[in-house]
Amino acid sequence: MKGSLIILAFFVGGLLLGMYELLPDQLLNNDYSMYALYILMFLVGIGIGSNKKSLEVIKSVNFKIVLVPISVITGTYIGVAVFSLIQDNLNLIESLAIGSGFGYYSLSSVLITEISGETLGVIALLSNISREIITLLFTPIFAKYFGKLAPISAGGATSMDTTLPIITKYIGSDYAIISVFSGVVLTILIPFIIAIIL
Amino acid sequence: MITVLVLMTSGIIIGWFLHKKDKLLKISSELTNWAIYILLFLLGLSVGTNEKILNNFDQIGLLAILITVFAVAGSILVSWLTYILFFKKR
Repeated sequence: MKGSLIILAFFVGGLLLGMYELLPDQLLNNDYSMYALYILMFLVGIGIGSNKKSLEVIKSVNFKIVLVPISVITGTYIGVAVFSLIQDNLNLIESLAIGSGFGYYSLSSVLITEISGETLGVIALLSNISREIITLLFTPIFAKYFGKLAPISAGGATSMDTTLPIITKYIGSDYAIISVFSGVVLTILIPFIIAIIL
Repeated sequence: MITVLVLMTSGIIIGWFLHKKDKLLKISSELTNWAIYILLFLLGLSVGTNEKILNNFDQIGLLAILITVFAVAGSILVSWLTYILFFKKR
């Protein structure tokens, strides 16, 4: 949660500086973000490759556990596809791309911004932050009425870290490994899926 | 976008070999945080100078929340089905 607040603070800080034109034009007119994104993706890769959790995750693979991230992806896409049909602002491709953040708002929003521009990037940012917040707030209800996988699937990629404590509190620690597995798989897939969709 | 995926994949491979070098990994994770901070700051900056987004911020925010409700509802329903079919002990 502290991490999310720091990230939001940087976004809001940039927003305010931009709105009140407090920065020299040179910084505004140059596009440094592509280089920052290159560095980020390389570092994210190192993080995934060196993560001790990913080793455990590979050991725990079996048919049932693989169904969990597959259900999250399928369900999310069905949901956003329905959404794209009932309004005119976001088409199917855009909706799928936003859904493909699976709660990993920092990475998905910067990727989507680079490919499709700020408007879609901001929607992706707000949407995927909401996914994390919804999971943090409603996990008790999801767990009570929709089974033990519901909080994991609501959490998406965040079920491996930020929402893991609350999820295991309500569905039991025997589901912790499934939660981590689903989150890790989604986290690795996100950049690939977004690049393919957009 | 290919560049991004190639960079990430080579990162994963390098990370795999470095997984015992705790000190190096700590630096890498700290740098990751800063890369994210800088990118989100830059996104904020370009949004702050974009009249079109600023003027429609309420509509954009509403869209973001609505699409999330659909995404979460869809994933919960499908995983509920998966739970009943494969996980629930009868």
